[in-house]
Amino acid sequence: MDFELSEKAIDFRSQVKKFIENNLTSEIISNMHKTGTFNDKSFNEALASEGLLAGAVPGYGDRDPVELYLLFNELEKAGAPYDGLAVTMLVAGIINAVGTEFHHEEILNKLLTGKHNCCLGYSEPDYGSDVASITTKAEKVGDKWIINGQKMWTTMAHESDWVLLLTRTNSEVPKHKGMTMFLVPMATPGIEIQPVPTMASERTNATFYDNVEVEDQWRLGEVDDGWSVMGIALALERGVMGGTNPAVPLLKHVLNWAETTPDKNKGLMINNTLMRERIARTAIINQVGQLLTLRAAWIAATGGMPGVEGSMAKIYASEEYQKVVGWFQQMAGAEGLLSFGAEDAAASGWIDYDARHAPVTTIYGGTSEINRNNIAERFLGLPRSR
Amino acid sequence: MSADQEAIKDVFSSFFLEQTGPESARNSMPLGFDVKAWKRISETGAPGMGVSPPAGGGASLSDLVIVAEEAGSQIAPLPIVDHVVASRVLEKLDLLEEEVLTGTLVAGLVVRPVENGVAKSVPTGAIANRLIALNGDKLLLITDEPPNKSLPNHGDLPIAHREIKNTNVVAEGKEAAEIFDRALNEWKTLISAFLVGITRSSIEMAVNYVKDRHQFGKPIGSFQSVQHGLADLPGLCDGARLLVNKAAWSGDKEISGEIKLTDNEISDFATLASMSLIFAGETSLQATDRSLHYHGGYGFSEEYDIQLFYRRARAWSQILNNPSEECLHLADLLLKDSEG
Ligand SMILES: Cc1cc2nc3c(=O)[nH]c(=O)nc-3n(C[C@H](O)[C@H](O)[C@H](O)COP(=O)(O)OP(=O)(O)OC[C@H]3O[C@@H](n4cnc5c(N)ncnc54)[C@H](O)[C@@H]3O)c2cc1C
Repeated sequence: MDFELSEKAIDFRSQVKKFIENNLTSEIISNMHKTGTFNDKSFNEALASEGLLAGAVPGYGDRDPVELYLLFNELEKAGAPYDGLAVTMLVAGIINAVGTEFHHEEILNKLLTGKHNCCLGYSEPDYGSDVASITTKAEKVGDKWIINGQKMWTTMAHESDWVLLLTRTNSEVPKHKGMTMFLVPMATPGIEIQPVPTMASERTNATFYDNVEVEDQWRLGEVDDGWSVMGIALALERGVMGGTNPAVPLLKHVLNWAETTPDKNKGLMINNTLMRERIARTAIINQVGQLLTLRAAWIAATGGMPGVEGSMAKIYASEEYQKVVGWFQQMAGAEGLLSFGAEDAAASGWIDYDARHAPVTTIYGGTSEINRNNIAERFLGLPRSR
Repeated sequence: MSADQEAIKDVFSSFFLEQTGPESARNSMPLGFDVKAWKRISETGAPGMGVSPPAGGGASLSDLVIVAEEAGSQIAPLPIVDHVVASRVLEKLDLLEEEVLTGTLVAGLVVRPVENGVAKSVPTGAIANRLIALNGDKLLLITDEPPNKSLPNHGDLPIAHREIKNTNVVAEGKEAAEIFDRALNEWKTLISAFLVGITRSSIEMAVNYVKDRHQFGKPIGSFQSVQHGLADLPGLCDGARLLVNKAAWSGDKEISGEIKLTDNEISDFATLASMSLIFAGETSLQATDRSLHYHGGYGFSEEYDIQLFYRRARAWSQILNNPSEECLHLADLLLKDSEG
């Protein structure tokens, strides 16, 4: 294991840092929190024209997974809107792995311009963790597929041109063997999007599919083999595409606050003993989150599939983030409750924001429990408990 | 890990497995030092491995963390970490004796500053013939006979207080502080690796036990609450190992590292050594705690090994400092620009 990044990786990182410095305005950040849409097409487009987007597609071209990690890590640390980008590039990676020529030309090439987004349509109202039980149905009628059903939590649906849709195509076989994946153009008649607001600013959606008709060319992977496509998606995503350093921007905001805010004894918060202990512990958490992620990237870079290692990074980073936010919100007392725009809000409202956002990080992208099942069964070799 | 390091791991993993382990830990009580195993490991030249190649050593810190983790995984009652760190100091001061290189004399570090003429609760106090200590702005070499009797303690370690009697001042002022700081950072890094070894073994013991032990007609390892309690641990163990390896890497580098707190880019040795000790310490507490718990009542019995690991995790993680104090030291390093 080498803690020294390669020269190429260091160059790449400074290119990303420079890009962020030149392109990430406070307006973009405040706009993303106002709208709840953590995606900015002109920012994505700028990334593309800088030549940085191809590096964001897992498994694509000659890009090293370490660079993929670096890109998302820098975006995350800077507080940039990258949720939409991460999902879009994930889909690009899946297409790169299993897509047809048609998918490459019609979708992947367009995704690489930064002008288009994709969203993930896996979860349904009744099936989240048990996603292999989904019921949204795709039926072959003639040479077309007719799709009917409802998806829940289709984040970025309102920004997207395609949805990666997991459907049921066979109910006669065991559940894992009867699903098929599609890339459905969002403009297809019969699709409806309803916003779902959340306790944080971020927006997600419910999506409805009423006799949605698509041609067979929009199918991704074999019929009834959607579960394999899911497997690729999970392996590409786990750990590497952001989400494992959320307490880095938080700490930056907290430090700004602590350096200017008096504590009860009329000193500054930054000199408060408990505060300093917690800052130190947060710095450790941020380092460990980074190292666990980097390790997953190393494994991917050397041809491995960092499935369990990604689970480890995800559980650790999300649960520690929630713990850390709790500490600092309490340290800030009543002002730690005040939101963006409120007079005297601690850290200009960032503490309140992070405290609202943190709970979802242990839920989406596979809950902590599902990731623990994964580690218990695949890493510790314990018997299946379900 | 390089091929050389794989080889180091293989050699020491079988050495500690064959020559130390829980049985040796039990047999070496109450002193906390397995004299026979120390003789054996001395025959391999290990006590001198930390000094420079011309002096007969050549192991980097990155190599030594591998040895320390293997030692920890078998809770080896041997002063290997202290000895290699102290011998590196002695070499720097041009005071390296042949008997220290061969392990005939045991060397150690007084990890806390001396107060009122006494070095309190020294980790190798009961057995060390040569001790490096910091007394105010003076670096001391303590050379009197060790008591060979330890203070009864939680971790069965060879702890003793040592009065400052037969000492030589071997460095002063800035030089003394620099040499001592460097040694202490190396010690923190290697003790952290020892703690990672304790953590690793505790997880293994728990996993084996819960696969084997049946209740309600099935292995207790099939109960999800047990699985989830254990599933947290490998990520923590790996995280601690990565942090310790990073500390060793920064300690081996010629150029000094940097601390960019708000960017989460840290390559400064002292900072990473302190982080390692805090994190590896806490991780070992949690891993030994859960492992003992999933052994049920047997975990609490003297007969089962997990209690030995449990107690040593606590001993090593706080013998230098109350962990909250160590965090404050770390905060001083991280926030150099703001006053503490
Ligand atoms: C803001 C947000 C954005 C999202 N974005 C998307 C998206 O873009 N696309 C998409 O497809 N989905 C998305 N999701 C859905 C997300 O992936 C699911 O919420 C998640 O997988 C959990 O499913 P669920 O909400 O149905 O909870 P459930 O599966 O009902 O789980 C409820 C609780 O039970 C626990 N549990 C469930 N099964 C087990 C088990 N076997 N063992 C132990 N505990 C168990 C869970 O851990 C959880 O704590 C998003 C969710 C949110 C909140």
